[in-house]
Amino acid sequence: MSLRRILLAVVAVGILVVLGGFALMWRPAIAPVATSAKSQTDRKAIDHGAELASIGNCADCHTSPNGAAYAGGRPIPTPFGTIYASNLTPDGETGIGSWSEEAFKRAMRDGVDREGRQLYPAFPYDHFTHTTDADIHAIYAFLMSKPAVRNAVPANELAFPFSFRPIVAGWKLLFLNRNALEPDSSKSAEWNRGRYLVEGLGHCGSCHTPRNALGGEKKGSAYAGGVAEGWNAPPLNASLVTAHKWTVDQLAEYLSTGWHRLHGAAAGPMADVAKNLGRASQADVHAIATYIASLSPGAEGAKAAVPAGGKVMKDQSAEVVAIYNGACAKCHNDRLDVGPSQAISLAYSTAVQQPESANTVRVVMHGIEAYRTDGGPYMPAFEGILTDKQIASVVQYVRARYTDRPQWTDVNSQIAKARQEGAQP
Amino acid sequence: MKVSLHVNGKTEEVDVADSSTPLLYVLRDNLKLRGPRFGCGLGQCGACMVHIDGRATFSCVLPVTAVGDRKVTTLEGLMEGGKPNKLQQAFIDEEAAQCGYCISGMVMQAQALLNKTPNPTDEEIRRHMEPNLCRCGTHVAIMRAIKRAAVA
Repeated sequence: MSLRRILLAVVAVGILVVLGGFALMWRPAIAPVATSAKSQTDRKAIDHGAELASIGNCADCHTSPNGAAYAGGRPIPTPFGTIYASNLTPDGETGIGSWSEEAFKRAMRDGVDREGRQLYPAFPYDHFTHTTDADIHAIYAFLMSKPAVRNAVPANELAFPFSFRPIVAGWKLLFLNRNALEPDSSKSAEWNRGRYLVEGLGHCGSCHTPRNALGGEKKGSAYAGGVAEGWNAPPLNASLVTAHKWTVDQLAEYLSTGWHRLHGAAAGPMADVAKNLGRASQADVHAIATYIASLSPGAEGAKAAVPAGGKVMKDQSAEVVAIYNGACAKCHNDRLDVGPSQAISLAYSTAVQQPESANTVRVVMHGIEAYRTDGGPYMPAFEGILTDKQIASVVQYVRARYTDRPQWTDVNSQIAKARQEGAQP
Repeated sequence: MKVSLHVNGKTEEVDVADSSTPLLYVLRDNLKLRGPRFGCGLGQCGACMVHIDGRATFSCVLPVTAVGDRKVTTLEGLMEGGKPNKLQQAFIDEEAAQCGYCISGMVMQAQALLNKTPNPTDEEIRRHMEPNLCRCGTHVAIMRAIKRAAVA
């Protein structure tokens, strides 16, 4: 056979495989229905659905800054382009008001919309697929009970070939595992409940598990840490470095209030997660904490390597000491008296312990504003108060004084990146 | 120790005992500029706001030795020919103060916005003014004052 014929054959087989794949993954449209908030009368299901939606952190992505809750439109940056979160309110035209519960369930489980189009996995159906029928029913009842908001969401901005939705079918063959989580009878009911929520609705791995070049979670490195909107999502497994090992109760408090005095504040994208978990069933939050704590087995209650007041520092420039004392120590006062800003000793901060400086740099530059109206930890944004050079020097000073870990090597690039990307809305 | 500062267009030499002394204390105590106020001392409320190179900044968490050659402007520095500037006059005309403690910071924050965006929307004003707290609830009058200065 000539080379030309071989090439033609390869192309033909390729096309057949692709077509076959599409046929295999093709899903029909599900007939539209007329839904209205009035049709939802099951108060128990609605309330339960609201709590579950909080665990799923649905409102965070599906609400644009200053927009109506669940009305969509928030731009979600991905390595492949920008995806706009859809409108989940029961508006017939721009929302999901014409979706039957069956259509909603298919979206959650298979990542296909009512019309049969592939949904991008920025919507974490690779986790939601584990959600039970009863829980999907409750979330559906809750969403349909919301006021319908007319809000046409902008079209996604994705480069070819990612703009071609059917390729998502191929992604699913690789990364969507629809098998239900079988309960592990050797573990407690609470652990199993926690695993169900963490692996499913909570979709913790979406940020805390590293992703491969195709955007799939690296299953072999589950919970080894990932990235989220420029922040490091620290590992949830034994590779996490902290001053104090997390206990279940500490995790539960942190997850539902966004703060723990021995660890620090949930900042960046985690702040919204914590604010939503504060509205969830606290029994469920405790179950989540139980499962997450089990990912890093080991002795609890070890003392921090560096005391709350930090190490005695020698040979530091007077300039950086003045900055630390005048800017940081006003609140981080080393006396375990956290004060109105809930500023912990930096010897206890998880962010300061991390191998990369991203989270410390971002907290220093952009502050913590997320809890302003609810009450909780606060930090002013030092971008503008201090120069980039001063921020770099004080961040390294904190690392040296409050940890036993090596100096960061990425501070200048993280400052430049944080400045370019700006504070998250 | 001696520290040199650029404040309201002048170069000032001040003597401070502690290098971590906040800029706010030096402005009020050494330079007798009483526009910026001490509110919380924690960068929470905004009563101490001044402009550093044109940007509204908490002066209570800025050590005076870290200012360097950046230019400091206080409420006094906004005056034009010994009279309140357009924004300051708008605050007076709208009576946008009750106890008045936050107002210096509010004016500085609002001026920084108007310098960048001469005609801001309500939404832009609200978002920009978020760091500044007012316990009296004068926000509606403050909004009016900023909009008055914007269109005047």
